[in-house]
Amino acid sequence: MSRLALISRGVIKENPVFVLLLGMCPTLGTTTSAINGMGMGIATTFVLIMSNMAISSISGLIPNKVRIPSYIVVIAAFVTILQLLMQAYTPGLYETLGLFIPLIVVNCIVLGRAEAFASKSGVMDSAADGVGIGIGFTLSLTVLGAVRELLGSASIFGVKLINSDGMLVFILAPGAFIALGYLLVIFNKFKSRIS
Amino acid sequence: MEYIIIIISAVFVNNILLSQFLGVCPFLGVSNKVSTAAGMSGAVTFVMAVATLVTYMLQYFVLIPLKIEFMQTVTFIVVIASLVQMVEIIMKKISPSLYQALGIFLPLITTNCAVLGVAILVVSKEFTFGGDPHMLNMAQSVVFAVASALGFGLAMILFAGLREQLELANVPKSFKGTPIALITAGILALAFMGFAGLV
Repeated sequence: MSRLALISRGVIKENPVFVLLLGMCPTLGTTTSAINGMGMGIATTFVLIMSNMAISSISGLIPNKVRIPSYIVVIAAFVTILQLLMQAYTPGLYETLGLFIPLIVVNCIVLGRAEAFASKSGVMDSAADGVGIGIGFTLSLTVLGAVRELLGSASIFGVKLINSDGMLVFILAPGAFIALGYLLVIFNKFKSRIS
Repeated sequence: MEYIIIIISAVFVNNILLSQFLGVCPFLGVSNKVSTAAGMSGAVTFVMAVATLVTYMLQYFVLIPLKIEFMQTVTFIVVIASLVQMVEIIMKKISPSLYQALGIFLPLITTNCAVLGVAILVVSKEFTFGGDPHMLNMAQSVVFAVASALGFGLAMILFAGLREQLELANVPKSFKGTPIALITAGILALAFMGFAGLV
C-alpha cells in the first residue's frame, strides 16, 4: 500500500473514533470546545507518530513475551516528553487538558497501532500510519468539540455566533455522550447511503 | 465524617465514569451483561486500591525526595502493569475460584485509564473534603480509590442492566449498537447530575 493510501485509510476507512470506537476517554473528556479537541488531537498525534517510528525500528530487538510492557514504556517516555514540552510552550492548554495528557499512555489507539501495525512494518510506513490515524483522531475530536461548543455556548473556535448562552448541558458530561451518540448515527446513515 | 464525604462524593457526585470520563472503553466494551460488568468492577476495585496505595508511596517516598516528579507517568504505568501481572499470578495460586471469576478481566485493566487516572489524581489534585483545599493523605487516598471503583461498578452494573433491556427493544437501524448505548449513557449521566450539590 502506498504511503498516501496509508494516510487516507486512517482518516476515513479506519477512523479511530467513528469506525473503530477507540480512545473514548479523551474523545468525551476533552471536547468541551473545538480548540480543546484539536489540541488533544494534535498532542495524541505527536505521541502516535513518535512511538510508531520508535517501535517499528526496535521491534526486532524485543522478545515476543515482554513486547506489550516494552511498548507501554516507549509510549510513556514520549508522553513525558510531550508533557514537558507542553508545560514549557502551551501552559494554558496543558492546564485545560489536565489529566488527559498523561492518560495518552493508556489510550488504546496508540498501543493498538504499535501492536497491530508498527511492530510489523517499516519506519516510514509506520510514520505514515501514525500521521493518518492522528489526522483522523484530530478531525473527529475537532468536529465533536465544534458541535458541543456550538450547542453548548453558541460559539465556534471561541467566536460567538449568536448572542445567547446556549444549552449548558452539552458542555457538561451528559452532553458529551449524547452528542457523540448522534454524530455516530449521522455517520452510520451517511455510510449506509454510500454503500 | 471526612471519609463519608469522600465516599459519597466519589461514588455519586463526581462519578469517575459518568462525570470524569475515565474508563469509558470497558464501560462500552464489556457492559453487555450484568454478570460480566460485575466481574470487571470487582477486578477494577481490587487493582485500583492496591495500585493507588503503591503509587502514592512511590510519589511521596521516591519521586519527590529525589526531585524526579517528571518521571511520574513512566513509573506509574510500569508499576500498574507489573502489579496487574502479579495480582494475576497470586490470585491463580491462592484463590483459583476468584481467578476463574475475575481472571479474564485482569489483562484488560492495565489499559483501563481509570486506574492510572485515579493514581495520578490523588497525588496531583487538591480536594476540598471537610474544609480547606488539601492534598489527600495515604488513608484518604485509598478510601478515595475504593470509592471511585465502587462508583465505576455502580455505573457499569446500572448500564449493563439498561443494555440488556435495549437488546429487546426495537431500535432504528442507524441507532443500533454503540450510538444508542452512548445516548443511554448520556441520559444515565444526566440522572447522576441530580446528585450535584449533595456534598
